[in-house]
Amino acid sequence: MAIFLTESSSVIVQGMTGSEGRKHTSRMLASGTRILGGVTPGKGGQQVDVDGTVVPVFNGVAEAVAETGADVAVIFVPPKFAKAAVLEAIEAGMGLAVVITEGIPVHDSTAFWAAAQGTSTRIIGPNCPGIISPGKSNAGIIPANITGAGRIGLVSKSGTLTYQMMYELRDIGFSTAVGIGGDPVVGTTHIDCLQAFQDDPDTDAVVMIGEIGGDAEERAAEFISASMTKPVVGYVAGFTAPEGKTMGHAGAIVSGSSGTAQAKKEALEAAGVRVGRTPSEAAALMREIAG
Amino acid sequence: MDLFEYQARDLFAQYGVPVLRGAVATTPEEARAAAEAIGGRVVIKAQVKTGGRGKAGGVKLADDAAGAEAEARNMLGMDIKGHTVHRVLIAQASDIAEEYYFSYLLDRSNRTFLAMASVEGGVEIEQVAVDNPQALARIPIDARTGVDEAKAREIVAAARFPEAVADQVVDVAQKLWTVFTGADATLVEVNPLVQDPAGTIIALDGKVTLDGNADFRHPEFADLDDASAVDPLEREAVAKGLNYVKLDGAVGIIGNGAGLVMSTLDVVAYAGEEYGGVKPANFLDIGGGASAQVMADGLGIILGDPGVKSVFVNVFGGITACDEVATGIVQALAMLGADATKPLVVRLDGNNVEEGRRILDEAAHHLVEQADTMDGAARRAAELASRT
Repeated sequence: MAIFLTESSSVIVQGMTGSEGRKHTSRMLASGTRILGGVTPGKGGQQVDVDGTVVPVFNGVAEAVAETGADVAVIFVPPKFAKAAVLEAIEAGMGLAVVITEGIPVHDSTAFWAAAQGTSTRIIGPNCPGIISPGKSNAGIIPANITGAGRIGLVSKSGTLTYQMMYELRDIGFSTAVGIGGDPVVGTTHIDCLQAFQDDPDTDAVVMIGEIGGDAEERAAEFISASMTKPVVGYVAGFTAPEGKTMGHAGAIVSGSSGTAQAKKEALEAAGVRVGRTPSEAAALMREIAG
Repeated sequence: MDLFEYQARDLFAQYGVPVLRGAVATTPEEARAAAEAIGGRVVIKAQVKTGGRGKAGGVKLADDAAGAEAEARNMLGMDIKGHTVHRVLIAQASDIAEEYYFSYLLDRSNRTFLAMASVEGGVEIEQVAVDNPQALARIPIDARTGVDEAKAREIVAAARFPEAVADQVVDVAQKLWTVFTGADATLVEVNPLVQDPAGTIIALDGKVTLDGNADFRHPEFADLDDASAVDPLEREAVAKGLNYVKLDGAVGIIGNGAGLVMSTLDVVAYAGEEYGGVKPANFLDIGGGASAQVMADGLGIILGDPGVKSVFVNVFGGITACDEVATGIVQALAMLGADATKPLVVRLDGNNVEEGRRILDEAAHHLVEQADTMDGAARRAAELASRT
């Protein structure tokens, strides 16, 4: 088992014929992902040779699903067309839509999130590195060669901190690592992942990485306190970020006292989560539990 | 991006939201001309992106154009909480019978939009929310259906607007929603929304935050950027397409990925505690590329900060290959030549790390030293910064 993405997941790539789409299709295939097709409007019928694997291109997601039976869409479509692409994935009944695209207007992401409610589609992202269940499947841009399969679950807003933490704990390995993205509105939250890891028999402990802005970590702390029995180790980035300055991610902005790293750390610790001051410290805390 | 009040006012006017006559002025003479055009009593309002300007002397009344000119002369150049007043809004003065509050905003926690309205406006609405929460109506708005007349009536009823103005507020609420969606805003706030003695509803002051991700849909906003408020190094970084935020410490930071760079700032600050309180000098995320040119641009900006005593380059090669980053550093130092004067501590890990470290070893640049771990590199960079 793993969460959200397993060895039986079959994947289509929306925007596969673009430069990012093609590059990462190649990387995903190399890490064992079952990629059954690509979608690019107007390029249906083409066959793309990706390092020796021939991948058919379809004009639309519904057609791709009908032909291939895929249940996961990975989306590399540029911001201007991303909303339409995600809505198409939802309408086609995809189980999972992983939205890698950075820079999607929040009115668009709020609209496609609303459209997914009550449907079978889980959205991960936008503006995220995606999800990897090492050794099983990789939907997105997380490098597959950092570490292999193991029994730690990882959920993080940030891509490079995900990689850093996977690297720190590479000798233990991960069941699934989810980069949920740093945008103000994301399809899958820390809590969604924590719940899934709690229910996953192949996950023994969870690392949760947060950063300043919003109250997602505080809400996750409440959830952990109420509903989790598996150990959780936390790390929060942004202790030294000044108020009112945006630090790259749309989400990483502090206004007033709410959303500070200190407040998040305190909330997590109150819920019994051990929080490291640095990524290495958090990794050391996890090592005590899972090593 | 936050708009100035006068920009918000102009935007409201375009969408038919009732506002008073007004014009922006950057000189006392322009203020005089604006006041003459409006006629009668005017209010002169400092245009700064901070609260509390009234108490700071940033809002004044004048009976005529000469008075407006004099007030503008006092106000222009004034400092309000660290913001210099470069512009004033000259607006028709209004008598106020009642003050209300109305806003639409993104509700991140619930991943939807929210209308907030209160008949207790004109004050710090945060205080109302704390002292008298039932006086602030909060109505979730479904992104798919938005605010139609029925939804507007629901908001107006929930906030208990008086019967006499309800229809007008329903109309304004729908128009403000078209501002919110039409401009791709994450906040549209009217405080106060006033009723004048004749019973007319007017948006007297407005705050609008635009979503930068939607810029591609809004070429009309391209001129709104307010470069005058930005630090010169930050302005240079923007021109070079770099994600840079100036801070006031001594260790320059370059990294890839916003999360990792934020984490790097923290790790440097912790390490700095052992070295007399050394702090990070900036946030700089060079993203995935890390070409020689990007590295040179980034280093150039960081070394242009006189407060910087050492530099910490922290890269985890995920997609980016460490050998490309290492080559970028070597080429950047060659491009900068004698302008590169501060020691660099480089920590590379991840994709192709051995090759990356080898390239730096072979280049053996006298300013560059490598560290194996992020924490170790932070300590070394802090130590170097504390020595000079």
